[in-house]
Amino acid sequence: MLVNNAMKRIYVNKKWCLGCRLCEYNCTYANSGAMNIITALKDKPLRSRIKVEEYDGDTLPLSCRHCEEPICVKSCIAGALSKVGGVIKINHNKCVGCCTCISVCPYGAIMHGEDGVMRKCELCIDNAFGAPACVAGCPNGAIVYEERD
Amino acid sequence: MSINYVLPLFDVLRDPARCIKCRVCERQCANGVHSYDHELNLMLADEAKCVNCQRCVTLCPTRALAIRESENKMRANANWRESLIREIYKQADSGGVLLSSMGNPEDMPVYFDKILINASQVTNPSIDPLREPMETRVFLGKKNTPIKRTPDGRIIPETEPQLELSMPMMFSAMSYGSISYNAHESLARAAEELGILYNTGEGGLHQDFYKYSANTIVQVASGRFGVHKAYLEAGAAIEIKMGQGAKPGIGGHLPGSKITSDVSRARMIPEGTDAISPAPHHDIYSIEDLRQLVFSLKEATEYKKPVIVKVAAVHNIAAIASGIARSGADIIAIDGFRGGTGAAPTRTRDNVGIPIELALASVDSRLRDEGIRDHVSIVVGGSIRSSADVVKAIALGADACYIATAALLALGCHLCRSCQTGRCNWGIATQDPELTKRLNPDIGYRRLVNLMTAWNHEIMELMGGMGINSIEALKGNRLMLRGVGLNEKELEILGIKHAGE
Repeated sequence: MLVNNAMKRIYVNKKWCLGCRLCEYNCTYANSGAMNIITALKDKPLRSRIKVEEYDGDTLPLSCRHCEEPICVKSCIAGALSKVGGVIKINHNKCVGCCTCISVCPYGAIMHGEDGVMRKCELCIDNAFGAPACVAGCPNGAIVYEERD
Repeated sequence: MSINYVLPLFDVLRDPARCIKCRVCERQCANGVHSYDHELNLMLADEAKCVNCQRCVTLCPTRALAIRESENKMRANANWRESLIREIYKQADSGGVLLSSMGNPEDMPVYFDKILINASQVTNPSIDPLREPMETRVFLGKKNTPIKRTPDGRIIPETEPQLELSMPMMFSAMSYGSISYNAHESLARAAEELGILYNTGEGGLHQDFYKYSANTIVQVASGRFGVHKAYLEAGAAIEIKMGQGAKPGIGGHLPGSKITSDVSRARMIPEGTDAISPAPHHDIYSIEDLRQLVFSLKEATEYKKPVIVKVAAVHNIAAIASGIARSGADIIAIDGFRGGTGAAPTRTRDNVGIPIELALASVDSRLRDEGIRDHVSIVVGGSIRSSADVVKAIALGADACYIATAALLALGCHLCRSCQTGRCNWGIATQDPELTKRLNPDIGYRRLVNLMTAWNHEIMELMGGMGINSIEALKGNRLMLRGVGLNEKELEILGIKHAGE
């Protein structure tokens, strides 16, 4: 699971995560296509592509690592997952909902989508935000979008 | 006591059309105001616990929340104000001294707001600080008078130890213990980047912060907590704290619950014990005694560091300052009655001390009259709220200003005035690790740097408008000030003319 150093990625400074879960709500909103966060989330289930894991009082938001050698892409039986410019994307028209990617992802970063197909973090590149909404909305700088060695 | 007479101060308003029940408010409220009821599928609020710190309002992603003053009021009474009645109920309940935090919030005169600044028109040119040099650097410490020269006329540049500040502002004393590690780190890093100083307060110095020693003022207060040789040597200057504007005449009390392991190490007291600073220094009952401590500290640090004596602004401040100037101290810090605190008896905070503007003007005048103004620098604090206050303070005679409440505001403080509870939702006045992590010093220090940089720009603009290009030329330049709505006596003490004169 080597990482490609030449691209910006989402990293988490766990020390500063407050477990407020705003990232999950901002993610759901960003990928909903709705005009505002209330329409996106009012009386609707949370459909985020980032998940705040809790263990023993610690919290850690997890989303796709965009691995150098993504096992999800290798395992996808429908060819729905692919790597485009370092970003692992999912083609919702090709996905058959077999959940193989969910079972092989070592980070638990792929989730069930609302329409029977999978959903995962695509760094908000193609939605109206253009850059990760979880990062922009994190109140404590715990989630960052940067290049690292 | 079966009936609780103290009714909620605030209403928690939640717009049901906006609330998405994300429960961020619930997770972020250390006071347990918000909760989610699964059966009703509703967010509920227990407003009795609300301190109006605005954390939930600020983090609510849909702006569904607002905190208002409770609409429930007792029958109006101009003499028995509701706040007084509430305090009586509290004391009838507890039998204790009322505690408050941050500065005096009462409606008392703010002289800075009744002073206006001059500007150049026609007969003297103003200066554009973006195009012309503008000096905001200041040096604090004893100045040589008269200037000494060699036989061939060259100036002998030897001076007593000086502090160099890139701008006429420093962060005033806030102890590690009263504020969090992350708040301290933010202040220390900001001071380093800005080329100014921050102040340890009476809490000793955490081992991690010795690396900021060039930008640190170490404080020696009546409890002498955390004072040892390495600590004194770590400071760029040493401050003897005789008093504090929020609570002149009384000591301090940091409850044992805040003396966590790191705080206990820095203070050199056992974990969990109350840190009680006596009201006086028990070895200082006179100016002569003060002189002994000043020189003990100088001796201990080989006369390399300026010594600051900090006092609260009280009635006889001019005479006291004159004594301090003769005690060997290099800098006098005066803290006005609106200065902040992590906890003080309410009656003391709201009724003791005098406004910093009057104290500063009378001290500066007195030291000039006595011909000893150059023996000391004057630093003032106790509610410096903006760059305009800084400019006015310097024109009244200060060398620099101490800034604390404004710095805490930059770090996220919303002045809910509940520091004494130790449940600061902004991670500032608390030692609870779940809360202190809310203040990320990477963000905090940047905000402090931004604030001070912005103020410094504004100071340059205001100075330029007056046609003044250095802090030195503004210092004590009271002709640049005019009063509005002040009586003869106030103008006389401030040493300024009325607007129109």
